Amino acid sequence: MNETTPPSAAANSWDWDPAPESADHIQLNDQYDLFIGGEFVPSAEGRTFETINPATEEPLAKITEATSLDVDHAVSAARVGYEKYWSRLSGTERGKYIFRIARMIQERSRELAVIESMDGGKPIRESRDIDLPLAAAHFFYYAGWSDKLPYAFPNRVTSPLGVAGQIIPWNFPLLMAAWKIAPALACGNTVVLKPAETTSLTAMKLAEIIQEADLPPGVVNIVTGHGQVGAELVNHAGVDKIAFTGSTKVGKEIQHAIAGSAKRSTLELGGKAANIVFADASIDQAVEGIVNGIYFNQGHVCCAGSRLLVEESVQEEVISKLKHRMKSLQVGDPLDKNTDIGAINSQKQLATIRNYIEIGKQEGADFFAPECDLPEKGFWCRPSLFCEVAQSSQIAQEEIFGPVLAVQTFRTVAEVIKKANNTPYGLSAGVWTDKGSKIFNLTSQMRAGVVWANTYNKFDPTSPFGGYKESGFGREGGLHGLAAYRNLD
Amino acid sequence: MVLSMIDLTTLEGMDTAGKVRQLCYKARHLHDAVPGLPTVAAVCVYPNFVELAKSEVKDTGIKVASVATAFPSGNSSLPIKLEDVRMAVDDGADEIDMVISRGRFHRGDLQYVFDEISAVKEACRHARLKVILETGELGTFDKVRKASDIAIAAGADFIKTSTGKIKPAATMPVTLVMLEAIRDHYVKTGQMVGMKPAGGISSAKLALHYLVMVKETLGVAWLSNHWFRFGASSLANDVLMQIVKQETGIYQSSDYFSID
Repeated sequence: MNETTPPSAAANSWDWDPAPESADHIQLNDQYDLFIGGEFVPSAEGRTFETINPATEEPLAKITEATSLDVDHAVSAARVGYEKYWSRLSGTERGKYIFRIARMIQERSRELAVIESMDGGKPIRESRDIDLPLAAAHFFYYAGWSDKLPYAFPNRVTSPLGVAGQIIPWNFPLLMAAWKIAPALACGNTVVLKPAETTSLTAMKLAEIIQEADLPPGVVNIVTGHGQVGAELVNHAGVDKIAFTGSTKVGKEIQHAIAGSAKRSTLELGGKAANIVFADASIDQAVEGIVNGIYFNQGHVCCAGSRLLVEESVQEEVISKLKHRMKSLQVGDPLDKNTDIGAINSQKQLATIRNYIEIGKQEGADFFAPECDLPEKGFWCRPSLFCEVAQSSQIAQEEIFGPVLAVQTFRTVAEVIKKANNTPYGLSAGVWTDKGSKIFNLTSQMRAGVVWANTYNKFDPTSPFGGYKESGFGREGGLHGLAAYRNLD
Repeated sequence: MVLSMIDLTTLEGMDTAGKVRQLCYKARHLHDAVPGLPTVAAVCVYPNFVELAKSEVKDTGIKVASVATAFPSGNSSLPIKLEDVRMAVDDGADEIDMVISRGRFHRGDLQYVFDEISAVKEACRHARLKVILETGELGTFDKVRKASDIAIAAGADFIKTSTGKIKPAATMPVTLVMLEAIRDHYVKTGQMVGMKPAGGISSAKLALHYLVMVKETLGVAWLSNHWFRFGASSLANDVLMQIVKQETGIYQSSDYFSID
């Protein structure tokens, strides 16, 4: 099968015109302090670092680098907030505050979406249509649970954990903050949140919302900075629970650090999901799902479908259609409403991705990336594809966290299950087939927290999310997400 | 581009010679207030008006399309349908818009549907054949795809969504399924097949969405009225209104645009 499109002279007149979302209405401070005890307070030592727009490399604002003293203050404030206010409020009252946050996120969603795209590099289409609506939905959903906890755990006496230390990644900054804060507050805990150093801005905007929502002081505290700040938080004796989303490497360090303490933990770590396409699948639909699975958010998704397993009889068709589709993906300005693939989050991550692409080429896999112009400044990576990848090659085994897809083939159901499970990770998987029985056979044997059938990257606050094996433990979202923030004995 | 892809249509029981003449005049003079506009691609009428329409659009490049094969239900015998087609072609129709036998299709009699299309294609001689699937009566995307594949295999020059008599008529998802059938056929055989979504496309903006879909699914080669048509009479006036707005910066009242 050829992947040819008939040529035409009219080709050039069909280029996309720029359609940028305006950033005129965005007001950013020159510098953001820490949010502790309901107030914005400067760091004890006054150290700051710059957060940049990865699409232009221009600085957006200065972010405070918290010290161990600052973390100590934040944890103390959270303790006071817990003892003095939050633990004394009824579930109904807690719910009112959380509903208020949800509504305010909705009201300011345009502003927040633009900032999310400026600070993180993700396309405005995604931040506007996915990150923001889901973040608000999480607050709404868990606000509803606040006064219904007895129904979540019938016939059991449960209690809040206390102070939760929460560390979130840079791929979905505001959404991950919502995933963490909403259930913690609903369950009666107070929190100290540490956003990722490259994407602190929407967390600080959320701090403004929380202040405006008049939450009692200390119920939510936000400390910014690099990994060291997270480590201080993990090791702080005043923290009762650690909730972490990020790399498996750091997850292991956290488990090591809290071993022997009474701290609870939930970890949502890396993934190397298998996206499995059977010959009887609707191929065009599957191709869209493959694109959504790996190129969504530049591939900066822990549950990204980064391993494509195609039944050998349809390999040619799938790959040629996939390549055709990849050619129509728009790479560029994250604020442009037509953009499909925005900027890579940081120079460091771009270097990591490029390194893996080099490794893939050296391993002899068949490389493909569509020709397209990239802006001169900023961090960019074309959507990429490796065919003829072996199970034992590095690009099929390690999480790349970028728009790089490794394609393998299979012949039988037993073989594909074995291949899909043959990874230290187990966060998610996708199955594409018209046959229901095949779906259930596969999902019951897949060692993965989420298995999508004939779709990919679908999220909803009512649905639990979390991993098997080295993808972590504990569940976020849904009824299950409540259990992570209550003592159940 | 959109204007030149439109098939202006009148398919009513109350059609008269006067109505058809008016339609043909509109086809030639879309909006004389704006000079340099293209004409539409074709006028689409019932078989008994083909001769009249042909004389009205003589030497304009506008094609005459005729519905045939017991349009819109398609419930008649094959000899009568073929006679219907022959009559339209003899009277000068450049294009024939046939309907498939949906009843037979739903019963699983796919061979009959295929044979019928092939026979009609043969009866068309030089005229190009558009095969109307009437997707609103097919029910599922799977069936739309199957009907598309049958029509293409049987020799359709165009596949078309709807008669305009059944709702839903053309939708973007249904059109995409049909475009994918055309694309897969092209990739396998190198032969191009045209596409005509019909009914329900009434705004310039929506038309643009369709064109983008065609461009991204099939490529720029399909972006001409030889391979793509809109069966949407009311679309013309909205496009005209947008063109005038672009030139003057002001939206005009719809009263300034003739209804047919």
